[in-house]
Amino acid sequence: MLELIAAVRSDGTTGDTGDDEDERSGRSRWERLRQSDFVRSAPFWGPPFLLMGFFVYAAIGWNFLLSLTDYERFQGPDYSNLDFGMYRRMLDDPTFWEATQNTLILLIVFTVACLVAGLLLAILLDREVRFGRGFRTIYLLPMSLSFIVTAQFWKWMYNSQFGIINEFFGLFGLGPYGWLSNPDLVLFSVIFALVWQFSGYTMIVYLAALRAIPQDQYEAARVDGASTLKLYWRVIIPQLKPAMVSASVVLLLFSLKAFDFLFALFDGYQPRKGADILSTMMVREAFARSQWAYSSAIAIVLFLLSLAVIAPYLYQQHRQGNL
Amino acid sequence: MTTAPPQETDSTSSDGIRALPLRTAGYYLLLLGLVVFYLLPMETGFMTSIKTAVGVRESLPFLLPGTDLSFQIPFVEFDVDTMLEQTTDEKWRDAYDTLSRGMVNSMLFTIPSTILCAIFGSMAAYGLTLVKWRGQVFVLALFIAGIFIPYQAVIIPLTELYGFIDLQYRLGAIWALPFLSEERHPTILELIITHTAYGIPICTVLFRAQYQTMSWEMIEAARLDGAGLWRIYRRIVLPLSIPMFSVVFIFQFTQIWNEFLFSVTLIRSSVDEAASVTLILGQLGQAIEGTDFPLRMAGAFVAAAPTIVVYILFTDKFAEGVRV
Repeated sequence: MLELIAAVRSDGTTGDTGDDEDERSGRSRWERLRQSDFVRSAPFWGPPFLLMGFFVYAAIGWNFLLSLTDYERFQGPDYSNLDFGMYRRMLDDPTFWEATQNTLILLIVFTVACLVAGLLLAILLDREVRFGRGFRTIYLLPMSLSFIVTAQFWKWMYNSQFGIINEFFGLFGLGPYGWLSNPDLVLFSVIFALVWQFSGYTMIVYLAALRAIPQDQYEAARVDGASTLKLYWRVIIPQLKPAMVSASVVLLLFSLKAFDFLFALFDGYQPRKGADILSTMMVREAFARSQWAYSSAIAIVLFLLSLAVIAPYLYQQHRQGNL
Repeated sequence: MTTAPPQETDSTSSDGIRALPLRTAGYYLLLLGLVVFYLLPMETGFMTSIKTAVGVRESLPFLLPGTDLSFQIPFVEFDVDTMLEQTTDEKWRDAYDTLSRGMVNSMLFTIPSTILCAIFGSMAAYGLTLVKWRGQVFVLALFIAGIFIPYQAVIIPLTELYGFIDLQYRLGAIWALPFLSEERHPTILELIITHTAYGIPICTVLFRAQYQTMSWEMIEAARLDGAGLWRIYRRIVLPLSIPMFSVVFIFQFTQIWNEFLFSVTLIRSSVDEAASVTLILGQLGQAIEGTDFPLRMAGAFVAAAPTIVVYILFTDKFAEGVRV
């Protein structure tokens, strides 16, 4: 931010006088051109940047400030007395640790499962298939639905009395299981449903990467007598690494903010025991319990966790010259 | 960034699939099995939504009303009279009656914010791609990070902000205009602003992906001819961005329509005049005795109808939006 402010100031003083003047010294002309490009492009990126910057970054700053207050219920925040009390309260709260643990399980299992499922789908569809387009459309369809909608379907699928999943296990004399009520099962039921919704997304990402691989690599491997499995493992999958990285970033960050699906699945702010994650806990502490300062502190933890994913990714993209 | 053309034509490549009918059959069986997997939750939802309470109790969730599996060919038992008796469109009517108000509200904020984000995104991408200046990468990084920020980290300041600004009071005179209501439209306006602000980063990145592939020569030539940045934007860049505008419209429309966290925190209650469709759906058919599943399923389809239609008509555009 500082760099930007400095840039604005220096431009403000030089002003936008056009590029045709001051042609005597080549270097200063170049400087001027560059600076005036900054100024002249500002009307384009400036307003969106200010709007977005205010709602995203200023809001996060404000949120941090709120987390240092003792704001709860309707008394209004008191900014004169700031301390880290809410963070201490968080560390002593067993609900916070349980939610953190569940968040990490969701994060890892969900991301890995989506990456694997999407890869298999992409490999299946990355060849001349009759109705290939139709299959792709169907596998990606859940991604176009709201989590509130898909949660309704899965709530019914997992229903302990009439749900299909228990009917299916019933055929083998198993169950009925409490997919959404058993604390040991519920998180995996949630993950399974989310993988159903997201695997189409990873498939699309991989398919784009697979289509970019030249056909002769497949043929060369075939001539060498490599089996299909070997071909994919040795030649193709290593080239999918960039796709895998960007898909992982999206999936990891999604699992940090997943809230809608859990809210809809459990009809409210409180998920069943075993399925509470940081994002549901944050919204519950704020909007069901009016613990504004406390939930701001949880929100800051969520923000830092996502920063831990975004920052290395952006740095890597920058180093590769992709920004 | 471009969508590869779908490959549906038969080929003569040495893929080996065509040579082995058994393997081909197995392969297609697998693909069809996956179709069943992806569609089953929706198919079950649909079958349930057209059943009466008795129908729900007496037939398997994924079968038509009044049918049952059997172990004899054709493996399904059914009786037309029972089927008709256990079929009803009542749930769909109920769901539509309850949700139509929310559909209107969702349209009212989804369409303006989709258009606004697209315009802002295209402008930002132009300013950050086709004009080079120092420090650009830093601004760009802030845009990209803005896509991924968990909204939980901004939602409390956001409610504080709208409580503090109080659009209902501040723009008092406007709400007295015809077709506007004081209870409903201030919240809709808040949602338009919110969705626009948080949609800008993804739209910027989508447009930038296209602008990076644009030909520099054309723009340089226009600049040498003395065309200003606005002129280049209007005459060269905008016409070339029309395909990307459709991608952004389709993707953002779906995203904003489906969104829930802002609805539940800014509108709060499903009985609110401004309640969005996702907010009403979440509380549909809920009673002390339990959830009315057929009603919920019908509601889920009603609420999803616009996005399903958009998705089926423009799958490729949607896929392109999702991929970034």
